[in-house]
Order: sequence, then structure tokens, then C-alpha cells
Amino acid sequence: MTVAIDRATGKRRGDRAPRPGLGRRIRHGCQKHWYAYAMIAPVVAVLGGIVAYPLLRGVYLTLTDANSLNSARTIGVNHIDATYRFIGLDNYKDILFGPTAYDRFWSHFLWTVFWTAACVVLHYAIGLGLALMLDQKLRGRTVYRLLLVLPWAVPTFVTVFSWRIMLADSGVLNQLLGALHLPQPQWLEDTFWQRFAAIMVNTWCGVPFMMLSLLGGLQSIDSSLYEAAEMDGATAWQRFRHVTLPGLRSVSSTVVLLGVIWTFNQFAIIFLLFGPTGAPDAQILVTWAYYLGFGQQPRDFAQSAAYGVLLLSVLTVFTSFYFRWLKRNDQLAV
Amino acid sequence: MSTPTLEMTEAAPAPAAAAGRRTRRRGERGPLGTALLHGGLTAASLIALAPVAWLFYLSLGPDKDDYLHPGKIADKLTIGNYRFVLEHTAFFDWFRSTMIVALGTTVIGVFVAATTGYAVSRMRFPGYKQLMWVLLLTQAFPIAILIVPMYEIFGELGLIDTYWSLIIVNCTTAVPYSAWLLKGYFDTIPFEIDEAGRVDGLSPFGTFFRLVLPLARPGLAVAAFYNFITAVGEVAFATTFMLDDSKYTFAVGLQTFVSEHDAQWNYMAATAVLIAIPVTVFFYLVQKNLVTGLTAGGTKG
Repeated sequence: MTVAIDRATGKRRGDRAPRPGLGRRIRHGCQKHWYAYAMIAPVVAVLGGIVAYPLLRGVYLTLTDANSLNSARTIGVNHIDATYRFIGLDNYKDILFGPTAYDRFWSHFLWTVFWTAACVVLHYAIGLGLALMLDQKLRGRTVYRLLLVLPWAVPTFVTVFSWRIMLADSGVLNQLLGALHLPQPQWLEDTFWQRFAAIMVNTWCGVPFMMLSLLGGLQSIDSSLYEAAEMDGATAWQRFRHVTLPGLRSVSSTVVLLGVIWTFNQFAIIFLLFGPTGAPDAQILVTWAYYLGFGQQPRDFAQSAAYGVLLLSVLTVFTSFYFRWLKRNDQLAV
Repeated sequence: MSTPTLEMTEAAPAPAAAAGRRTRRRGERGPLGTALLHGGLTAASLIALAPVAWLFYLSLGPDKDDYLHPGKIADKLTIGNYRFVLEHTAFFDWFRSTMIVALGTTVIGVFVAATTGYAVSRMRFPGYKQLMWVLLLTQAFPIAILIVPMYEIFGELGLIDTYWSLIIVNCTTAVPYSAWLLKGYFDTIPFEIDEAGRVDGLSPFGTFFRLVLPLARPGLAVAAFYNFITAVGEVAFATTFMLDDSKYTFAVGLQTFVSEHDAQWNYMAATAVLIAIPVTVFFYLVQKNLVTGLTAGGTKG
């Protein structure tokens, strides 16, 4: 019986005193847990087939000099076999320490880190602000909420094109700024403003998710806590600091983690905002890796995949530390 | 559901008030506070609305350069762009492709993920932690790491430029996320129901299919919807794997209006509106459930 019971009693595997041999343990485990294994089998199969296998191949690819000229390909009726060679860790060496390492990897890496941090901070701050406002008793609250969810409802690729029109040189944003006698930046040409625009658009796209999640969190806080705090004479700030924020902890830790992961890997916004080849300095690592693999000729498959491995390593390290930190602070929600 | 929905709290009674006292009641604001609140929310709503409204406005202008002098559009509103898009572009082809890919992803994603969500919600088995970790980690997979090997593998299998290629790659993100989401939802269904089912002689599979799955319908709907919009919005793989323009999904098709040399912003705007309106309406119909589902996944452990 594996359902509910062992969870309800909180029994852990370690609680069982004598430890039988490995073979017996496996057999015993299979007998005891075969329902569970049968149920997770489809996902394990899918993950193995379409995530793990390509991942392994991708990792192998990073150890070769594969590009579109020496990979297996079919031109007309002729099939040409792959001729790429195994070159060991040269791709990583080249990316991380090669002569162009700063221009190509490190500058993009720094920008990506900055982009992620800036976007997530903005997402969270604005999302929390709006959630707090929506949590008040207020006329027309439902209407506000519906309007504020809009950026999430419309597919990203649609709204990004809208931003592109608005940000164009003589687009509406610059016309407005001109009418107010403010400077009109070249949003889509100047590096600083490209980055500014990218963060702005991504913030616009990402706030609704944060807002709704945090709103859900706010509403699950027991209102008697606020009353008690007020009885004790807590100011609004103290209530926010000592009731609201701790109450939001578990939601916050989850959405911040998701936010970091999604922002770090945010492909569509930058790719569509600047076009496939535009704005080399505003590309984050993901779009830059895509450019290496698919945006140029010849396509550099090996380096593109190596970027992918590096990106995944960064995220894995980050997630591990994040979890450790959450565990230490006893905030683990997931 | 133990997670409060937006409705429940909205309907909840106002904080107990000490009537007749001259100081303000708890949660009550002065007129300034109310004005600020409305001001802030109005400003935020306008910012949220502006890009979409602007797109709609531009879609009514006849020329592709109208976005440069928007004032003139008001005099010559037309639905000509919509006509052109519907009659002379591959809009319906794109629509079909998008639907095939998105529905395919949704069905496979939810089907495969449901049992896993249940298993990780109810059972503790060796490998449980590792599985949860892997499910989370696949969220972190940048497209860069999979796109090249996938391209190679699909090339060998002859799947490039087929709908299957997109359905399969979308499943890499859809399946783990759905499993995660559904676990959160299954957690909110009382375990006593399972136990009652077991006492009545159902196997774990029977319990799952006959008792839990019907109860989890709202959760399944959320997962399905989430998979659907994720698949519709997927850009990178669709751009790379679809070569034949009659098989483009919307995400790729929309890009074809804007090339290096010629940007037909008016048609693009009209197409974008045609895509956005049904999606938005649909979204509004389900968004409350969506919030509940998301917070269930986020706040329940």
C-alpha cells in the first residue's frame, strides 16, 4: 500500500532499522512501489527520449567542431555524411578564454546577469505593488485586475511586435516624448537604449504573472494576523514588514525562482524585438547562442551547443544554491 | 480547494468594524488614499493596455507607414487590412498549423503528466526527490542546449518541417511543467478520498482514474490551457524547424510581414489583432481558474 499512508505517518526510508542487501532492496522496492514507478514511467520515458538523449548528444556535439558545412545533410538527392571531428574541450576553451572571449561570451554573460537581475527585481517590485493595491477594498477592482492581466493574455510574440512599432525611430513613443520636448532616444539602434527597451518590454510582459501569483499569496494570509498586529499598535509599514512579507514567503520563493529561470532563458522578446540579426550588444546568452547556431553562415552548431551547456550549468548551480539557501531559511515551498 | 480563489476573498466580509467610533475603521482609507489607489491602478492599466490598443488602432490604417503619423488614421479607418490578411495571406494555413501543434502538445502533455503528478503527490518512492529535481531542472533548459541536437536528430528522422517536430519539442517544456502543476492540484484533493477508494477495493490505478481524475478536472483544464498557450507562443523552435510557409505557426508567420527590407506593419497589426482577440477572450474566461491553479502549485508543498 503506497497511497497516502506512508506520507501521513511521515515515515522515511531511513527509519527502517535493519538494512537488507542491495538485490533484496531493489526487489522489495519494486514490489512495494511498482504502482508509483508505473505511473511515472510515461514522464520518465518522455524525459529520457526527448530531453536526456538530445542533451547527451548536445554535450557530445560541444566536443566536436560541428558546423553546417561538415554535418550530415541532404542536398537535393545527395546525402552527405557528417565529417566533423572530435576536438575535446577546445570549444569551451575558446568560448571562455579565447582571444574573443570577452567580446563574445563574457560581455554577453554580464549583460545577461544584469538583465535577469534587473527584470526579476522590477517584476517582483511592480508585481507586489500592484498586488497590494488590488488587495484593497476598492470600487472597480475586478476591472482593474482584468486590464492588468492583459499583457499575459496576449501571446508574447504579438505584443513584442506592437512594442517594436511603438519604439521605432519616429514611432508613437518618440512622438510623445518630442511633444513633451524630451529627448527622443534611438530605442532600437543605440546599445544603451536597446538594453533599456528590452528590460522595459520584458518587465511589461512579466509583471502580470508575478502580480497574480502574489495576489493569490496575499489572499491566503490570515486576516486575523493583521488585526492582531494592529491591536499591538503596529504601523502600516510594520504590518507589511512583519505580516505580509513573511506570509508571502513560500509564494515569493517559487515565483522568484521561476522568474529567474524564465528571464535568463527569455528568447522570444529579444529575438523578436530586434530581429534575428539586430542589436549584437543587447543579445543575451540564449539569443546569442541561437545566432551562432542558426543566424549566421556557416552555422556553428558546436559552439552554439557549448553555450547551451554553459547556460544550463549556470542555472543548475544557481538553482542548487537557491534551494540550499531556502532550506536553511526554512522557506522551501516546492 | 483550500487555496482561496479571488472570488472567495472578494466576497469575504469587510474587516470587523467598530461602528460609531470616530477614528477610521481598519482597512479604511482617507479620500487621498483612495485617489492615489485609483490613480496608480489606472496608470498601470493604461500602460498594460496601451501596446495592444495601439496595435488595434494601427490595424485600421490603410498604409504600411501609418504608424509614423498616427493622427491621420482616424480620418480613414478601414477594415481593408483584415480583408487582405484573410483573403490573400496564408492566415488560415497558419491557423491550422498553430492549432495542430498546440492541441497536439496539450493532449500529449496533459495525458502523460497526469499520472506522474498523481504519483508524486501521493506516493513516496525511492527516486522521488530526484524526479522532482529533474522536473524543475527541465524548466531551466535553455533552448540553446536542445535546439542543435534536436535539429540533427529530426534531420536524421526526416521530421524537420513536420508538425511532429514542434509537438515533440514543445513537450520538453510542457510535460514537466504540467506534472509540476498537477501535483500542486492533486495535493489539494483530500487524501481521504484515495483511502476510501482503496478500502472499497480499488487499485491505485482505479483510484486515480475513477476518483481523483474526475475531481481534478479544473486542474487538468489549467494544465491544458497552460500547455496550449505555451505551444502557441513558442518562437525559437517554430522559426527553426518550419521551412514551408504553409506550415508556419502564427509565431513564425507574423515575422514574415517584417523583413529586413520591407515592413508591412498594417497587415502585421491586423494579423496580430486577429490572433490576439480570441486568445484574450479565451484567457479571460479561464484566468480565475488559472490563478487558482498556479497558486495551488506554488503555495502547497
